[in-house]
Amino acid sequence: MKLITAIIREVQLDRVREALIAAEITRITVSRVSGHGQQRIEEMYRGQRIVPDLIPKIKIDIAVNDEFVDITVNTILKSAKTNGAEGHVGDGKIFITPLEECIRIRTGERGGSAI
Amino acid sequence: MKKLNKKYLWIAAMFLLISPELLASPETPIDSGATAWMLTSTALVLLMIPGLAMFYGGLVRTKNVLGTIMHSFVAMGIISVLWVVVGYSMCFGGSVLGGVFGWNRDYLFLKGIDTNVMDAGIPEYVFSMFQGKFAIITPALIAGAFAERITFRAYCWFIAIWSIFVYNPLCHWVWSADGFLFNLGAKGAIDFAGGTVVHISAGVSGLVAAIYLGSRRGYPYQVIRPNNMVITMLGAGLLWVGWFGFNAGSSISSGLSTAQALTATQIAAASGALAWILIESFHHEGKATALGFASGILAGLVAVTPAAGVVQPYGAMILGIVASAACYMAIQLKNKLGYDDSLDAFGIHGVGGITGAIFLTFFIRKSWMAEAAASATDGTWTVWNQLGVQALAVLIAIVFAGGMTLLIIWLLDKVVRLRSECSDEMAGLDRAYHGERGYGMLNPS
Repeated sequence: MKLITAIIREVQLDRVREALIAAEITRITVSRVSGHGQQRIEEMYRGQRIVPDLIPKIKIDIAVNDEFVDITVNTILKSAKTNGAEGHVGDGKIFITPLEECIRIRTGERGGSAI
Repeated sequence: MKKLNKKYLWIAAMFLLISPELLASPETPIDSGATAWMLTSTALVLLMIPGLAMFYGGLVRTKNVLGTIMHSFVAMGIISVLWVVVGYSMCFGGSVLGGVFGWNRDYLFLKGIDTNVMDAGIPEYVFSMFQGKFAIITPALIAGAFAERITFRAYCWFIAIWSIFVYNPLCHWVWSADGFLFNLGAKGAIDFAGGTVVHISAGVSGLVAAIYLGSRRGYPYQVIRPNNMVITMLGAGLLWVGWFGFNAGSSISSGLSTAQALTATQIAAASGALAWILIESFHHEGKATALGFASGILAGLVAVTPAAGVVQPYGAMILGIVASAACYMAIQLKNKLGYDDSLDAFGIHGVGGITGAIFLTFFIRKSWMAEAAASATDGTWTVWNQLGVQALAVLIAIVFAGGMTLLIIWLLDKVVRLRSECSDEMAGLDRAYHGERGYGMLNPS
């Protein structure tokens, strides 16, 4: 079992979510986060160009069984990238971490079947 | 000698103190009571527009909150300017072109009314500004029908053109002294504060535009939930407060008819709200929703808008209940038919307006009917006579607003992009058209 954490652009959320649903990955958790990365964005604020300190992003957490890791990652890669095949600085990152245990609260079942 | 000089000085000072308005029109003195109330009403009706912005803004998804609020706010800019340039002239000038709209060169840029005092004892500026607020809120109401999927540029063009070619003629027909609906039947079609002019025209136009533009992406399979019910409720509250200016101000006086309209307004809003949550108790898993209460307030207020001048409290109470039931059914029907009137501009304003304009006939106070009979050609005027007049006025408003909206939007679609690009709709209107975000860290909805 793996925990896939993707940090993506806010504007790509709908695309990523719809692509994941199309790939039958439907159990996801979405939250709004902000942070620093390589990206420096300039925004217009009252006619002045400013560089905000913390850039808002969307975090998607998906717990999957090992055989679903590839399809999930590929789907996110494809749908979260902007500017065609080239991508842009700031498109985000995907982290994959080993998942020690997964427990369904309702039934108490553990492991792969609980995901 | 010294004393005499002092006396002359006093007289000179007195002349300086006399206001130019009084000198300009000595025949009609300003009624300061009526003027004070009309000034207050003007401000109250303007308050409804940020109220509407909050009501609509809370109901859309997080990414569209500012874009939706801007639909209301930009109307305050565009329509105010248009109103001063030609709007007031087209609505309240003398009939031209066989009564299609009004025209009075003195009203262009309001240049000829600088010192006018109307027969009601209020400066004409106040009346013009009061009526201008109605012109603002009407196109802003339409925005609810096609929320979350129209480009900002096209919206701005649409409300400007719609205001000139739909609102102004309709307003002239119903409210100008020589408008043909104002003079229909014995004592005119009853539209006290804008049932046909404001609510039916906005609701029907919204329906036409929403169907033309098509549904939002993902509707109805994807759940589209309100981002902030709290601002929606505050918005509904502001609308209720502002409606006292809208209805009670429409008496263009400060007296008995003002009090009658104010009372009817309060009662219809309350009974409408209660009726809606009562219906929900049977039909919505027994839960009284906040959105339901707010919708009931609006349904009641919309229905009493044409009626506020002629119904007594029991009539207003029934109108509120009937309107809530009709609007509730209309929204159920919309869900079955599947068209995407995003925030139910037609479901509430169109259906509520039609219900009010028709059903008010059965609750008209006796004194009004007596006056109508007195001015009828054969000296009798029945409820059924008036019902015919009301139905005709409603029909004309529906056909005119619907047809013209279709024409405007069809022509506009050839020049400006109306429907948002798919990518802009996904990213949200706030980002695509305004380069801003409504909230800091509120989760996406």
